[in-house]
Amino acid sequence: MFDLERWEEIFDTIRKNKLRTFLTGLSVASGIFILVVLLGIGEGMRNGISKEFEGDAANILYIWTGPTSVEHKGLNPGRIIRLRNSDFQTISQKYEDDLEFRSSVYRIWNGMVTYKKESGSYRVEGVLPDYQFLENSSMVKGRYLNYTDHENYEKVVVIGNRVSNDLFKGAEPIGKYIEVSGINFKVVGVFTDPGGEREENRVYVPLSTGQRVFNGSNYINNMAFTLEKADNFEAALAASNKFSAEIDQFLKEQHVVAPEDTRAITINNSLENAKRFYDLMDMIKFFFWGVGICTIIAGIVGVSNIMLIIVKERTREIGVRKALGAEPLSIVGMVLHESIFVTAIAGLIGLISSLALLELVGPIIETEFIANPAVDFRVALTTVIILIVAGALAGFFPAYRAARIKPIVALRDE
Amino acid sequence: MIEIKDLHKSYKTGSNSLHVLKGINFSVAEGELVSIMGSSGSGKSTLLNILGMLDEADSGTYTLDGVPIKNLNEKIAARYRNKFLGFIFQSFNLISYKSAVDNVALPLYYQGLKRKERMDRAMAYLEKVGLTDWAQHLPNELSGGQKQRVAIARALASDPKVLLADEPTGALDTKTSYEVMDLIQKINEEGRTILIVTHEHDIAEMTKRIVNLKDGVIIDDNKVDQIKALQYV
Repeated sequence: MFDLERWEEIFDTIRKNKLRTFLTGLSVASGIFILVVLLGIGEGMRNGISKEFEGDAANILYIWTGPTSVEHKGLNPGRIIRLRNSDFQTISQKYEDDLEFRSSVYRIWNGMVTYKKESGSYRVEGVLPDYQFLENSSMVKGRYLNYTDHENYEKVVVIGNRVSNDLFKGAEPIGKYIEVSGINFKVVGVFTDPGGEREENRVYVPLSTGQRVFNGSNYINNMAFTLEKADNFEAALAASNKFSAEIDQFLKEQHVVAPEDTRAITINNSLENAKRFYDLMDMIKFFFWGVGICTIIAGIVGVSNIMLIIVKERTREIGVRKALGAEPLSIVGMVLHESIFVTAIAGLIGLISSLALLELVGPIIETEFIANPAVDFRVALTTVIILIVAGALAGFFPAYRAARIKPIVALRDE
Repeated sequence: MIEIKDLHKSYKTGSNSLHVLKGINFSVAEGELVSIMGSSGSGKSTLLNILGMLDEADSGTYTLDGVPIKNLNEKIAARYRNKFLGFIFQSFNLISYKSAVDNVALPLYYQGLKRKERMDRAMAYLEKVGLTDWAQHLPNELSGGQKQRVAIARALASDPKVLLADEPTGALDTKTSYEVMDLIQKINEEGRTILIVTHEHDIAEMTKRIVNLKDGVIIDDNKVDQIKALQYV
């Protein structure tokens, strides 16, 4: 391998057989190139789609209530079920270790919001500080609500970007007072939400303030939880299904609701929905891998073909070399050395150029469904190595056979 | 130098067995220039191939420079060919993508010589065959006579005991043939043992001994008065 004379001989051969070298290299380089670009676009699509779905924390559970639809323990259907602070507290305490974020929500109906002469009707809710993370909101200005606000019944408010634009027309909102259903609240923050305008059209006040000021007593409209991250999707799904079933049972017992009554207490497990999305992602992944593997197979066949032709073409040369004193092993070594060298260089060229293409063109082709197309470098390198090994194997057998042909037969070959 | 006793060789083609050599006894001393003649199918090329270790005999003994040549594996055969023999072929068998000097240097590569020494030796042999100016040319840029002279230089490069030439003038016109024969005679006069297979009488008469082969046996083996090729050039 490190025999300088051998390398000279190989380079000499490569230099003087440019077309042959070029064709071998092209089939390897294009195979790698296509594979890496495909994998990159596949990854880009995965990223793009998961971005589309990342509006809310993906493993969120929403709980809300409605009128009962089934008679239970002598109680008539149509009875309104309302959640209370105690429900939320019990669940929070019981599942302390399992929950990542939690918040209950008190909805303030007819939320007219006014600043000076501007006013609008927005969705106004009393929430806990964790609600920021449940909604995946991030702050544009100021801060979100915190527990001190909650404990002290502060009259503070965070508003969505859209609300800020509507009411303040670009002026500084922080520290200003706005009227919510006739009561003054101080703006402490402006948030943005990946869910877009619809979710920026909201106004949040501390839960305790909301309940006290708007006669909410200890009622809440819904609750939202996220569970701690699990190792994989299957585990996350199992945990959230278990949690969902347990709190469903708990709440139905608390509020004397029939176990089969799904309208009275509804739990929306977003992970259940996410499963379809994950399945789609898997499908995309499998598709691109399928195409990629087919490309590799085509590449291997191409390389093997060229190797066969090269060895066939060189049969006579091999005969001459043997007549001049080449040992069979040196013949096999020569052919392999050359083929491995060419495929390795070509493979790396294909790899580098495809990575460069992804890097350069990636930002340009970014759309709603393609984001940050990139490829795992190790995967790409592995495919290069697979191709090299395949090329070497494909070259080995004909080379071995050619080296075993008696020189007299090889020399007769026209 | 070469000692052959009771050499047999047959080829199997399907169900038929073709007995090509039927007991050849033959010896060549050092410094001889021998031509082996015969019509096609007489077995002369087969004999040469066996002498060149390119092919194996079925039975009989073959001794080359005191070394018994038998039960050779590929590796040892290759080593012996490199050390003992130089080949000159009818169709030259130069490697098409290598320049003249690289072709000449190739046997030296298999002897394990360093590049610089290979090149120096190869240039010396090219000079000997009068092709110094053509050293960097590829075979397809050379005429037939020039190609054969490159091939002769290559055969000489490894300084072999015996040169084996299989119809060396078969692909050349008469004038070029004589030029090549002149070169071969000169090499012989330096003491090199040379065997030539040919079916051309004028070529055979330029050697010092003619061995006639017919149907796999030697029918006659005579020393002849050598005709110098130089007078025709």
